[in-house]
Amino acid sequence: MNDRPRTLFEKIWDAHVVAQEPDSPAVLYIDLHLVHEVTSPQAFEGLRCRGLKVRRPDRTFATLDHGIPTHDRRLPIVDEMARKQIEMMERNAAENGITLYGIKTGADKQGIVHVIGPELGLTQPGMTIVCGDSHTATHGAFGALGFGIGTSEVEMVLATQCLLQRKPKTMNVRIDGALKPGVTAKDIILGLIAKYGVGAGTGYVFEYTGEAIRRLSMEERMTICNMSIEGGSRAGMIAPDDTTFEWMAGREFAPKGADWDRALAYWRTLPTDEGARYDAEISLDAGALEPMITYGTNPGMGMPITGRVPDPDQVGDPAHKAALQKALAYMGLRPNQPLLGHPVDVVFIGSCTNSRISDLREAARLLKGRKVKEGLRVMVVPGSAQVKRQAEREGLHEIFLAAGAEWREPGCSMCIAMNGDQLEPGQYAISTSNRNFEGRQGKGGRTFLASPLTAAASAITGVITDARTLLQ
Amino acid sequence: MTCFTTLTSKIVPLPVDNVDTDQIIPARFLKVTDKAGLGDNLFADWRYDAEGNPKPDFVLNRPEMKGRQVLLVGDNFGCGSSREHAPWALTGYGFRAVISTSFADIFRNNALKNRLLPVIVDKPTHQQLFSLCEEAPDFEVTIDLAAQTLTLPDGRAVGFPIDAFSKACLLNGVDEIGYVLRMTDQILAFEAAHHK
Ligand code: SF4
Repeated sequence: MNDRPRTLFEKIWDAHVVAQEPDSPAVLYIDLHLVHEVTSPQAFEGLRCRGLKVRRPDRTFATLDHGIPTHDRRLPIVDEMARKQIEMMERNAAENGITLYGIKTGADKQGIVHVIGPELGLTQPGMTIVCGDSHTATHGAFGALGFGIGTSEVEMVLATQCLLQRKPKTMNVRIDGALKPGVTAKDIILGLIAKYGVGAGTGYVFEYTGEAIRRLSMEERMTICNMSIEGGSRAGMIAPDDTTFEWMAGREFAPKGADWDRALAYWRTLPTDEGARYDAEISLDAGALEPMITYGTNPGMGMPITGRVPDPDQVGDPAHKAALQKALAYMGLRPNQPLLGHPVDVVFIGSCTNSRISDLREAARLLKGRKVKEGLRVMVVPGSAQVKRQAEREGLHEIFLAAGAEWREPGCSMCIAMNGDQLEPGQYAISTSNRNFEGRQGKGGRTFLASPLTAAASAITGVITDARTLLQ
Repeated sequence: MTCFTTLTSKIVPLPVDNVDTDQIIPARFLKVTDKAGLGDNLFADWRYDAEGNPKPDFVLNRPEMKGRQVLLVGDNFGCGSSREHAPWALTGYGFRAVISTSFADIFRNNALKNRLLPVIVDKPTHQQLFSLCEEAPDFEVTIDLAAQTLTLPDGRAVGFPIDAFSKACLLNGVDEIGYVLRMTDQILAFEAAHHK
């Protein structure tokens, strides 16, 4: 039966079906369950009401990221609700024997859930990985099937280590060509979503293939898989290869010795077989890309940084026209206006999309020896405690601080603006995060999404800037 | 667990495409540790002004919309995050069904688990419903889950898709976690054989 050529997705799916009754979704086994403070309290409460404990605490790992302040951790948490949520996570983890990377325990490894999973070697090829968070797609960069779930599903996984799932369709997302200098992985994913829209992946799992993907580092691959959900897909995957294995080797939870050899042999069987069929295919030429920026209020409203804001009058479809008008009104932008030179109030470098060490190095490369524009708030928020330490070993924090940027403690911070790090109404931010929805970074705040390079360049000038003009 | 069978209600129209979960329930309201009270903050940033007063022009604040249990929205409703607070806010407010041409995958799952029925209709029906909302805003629709139909005021019954399992769960009030817990033997056998 398994002689039929299969995709990476199908191989992982087939290996995890515990039961499949007719007319019912599959019961899918979950290898790794990541938990954070915001989407889990009601799930643990549900478990308690059933008189159950977590079935596999050894496959469950928790962190504090969404609501945790990014100021000095010795200071008390003033937001009472956030404090209560954090205390509940601590209590739920302790009662169930779950490892928590938080404030009181595991603080040296705390961080954004999608940054620490890979960093600790918890994320491995061939695994099924879930978290009550839509950016769980990030873990697909390792050739795992990772997707976000709601709190009811978190409760189910806590109780059973399984999930009821209907099999999604597969889409081959072919990215060929070679990136030009100054164009990054973030521009690939923003370019893809601008081309195909925020609903293109609904019902599908993306597999990113093509020479441009093979050339990317693991951190760049994570940036791309991370934003699969912004393209409508619950999961985005990349076949594991030597780049993957080299990145993983020696990490805390990665297999060691003979276990590693055995795992490696299995991982090498995972890539999609020659002749395997996808349900759909889309493509993008990476070589034709420019640095991208969004102008609107969903991640699909993006364009090359040198472009002009589209004109609603040129849009035929009435719904699209209305959406564009609404977005431009919220953003305070005019049709046909260039974005280069548009002032910003805040620069946010962080989030599970772009807060890894390579992102910080990119930003530091531009900021070294320069100053951020006077009056501008520039926040650099590392994705994890380990990223923060590594950056400090390399002296990156000194570059940021000397330039006049803030160097914060790890967390989601202004990506979701629920911990006090937020925009004021009307402020413009250029952000390396993944969502530019109305109010996402603070009520009334207006977000331009871009790469760390673009964000750093704009930090220097105080206006939206093409980093290539500063890189020469 | 309560069941969903049929529902007859007037409609609240919200003709916006790609309504994301940050609009349904902004992140600052996610600091709760239970599910209560989220309905008050449904669509908070569209619904209230800076002082927290209801904006008279937002559809939910129009007096005649009170008590309506069906929400009609644009394409790709519920995109964005996995927060189940979105369906909690919708059901907390009193909605029991949402009509669109498409729903984001995670939102759809979350809605079904909270007995909030996502009703997917084709583009012409979708447009007809929005036109009706302008011409005769007080019309009623009937949603019959067993028959999988949405009946319009002209008597036309339009079918909508739902997978057999979710339908059975909604109709009979099945506890999905209980369903999987009954498979514990199979899970144990799977774990014993699972090579990692
Ligand atoms: S950084 Fe932003 S997108 Fe990523 S997990 Fe945190 S809140 Fe979600």
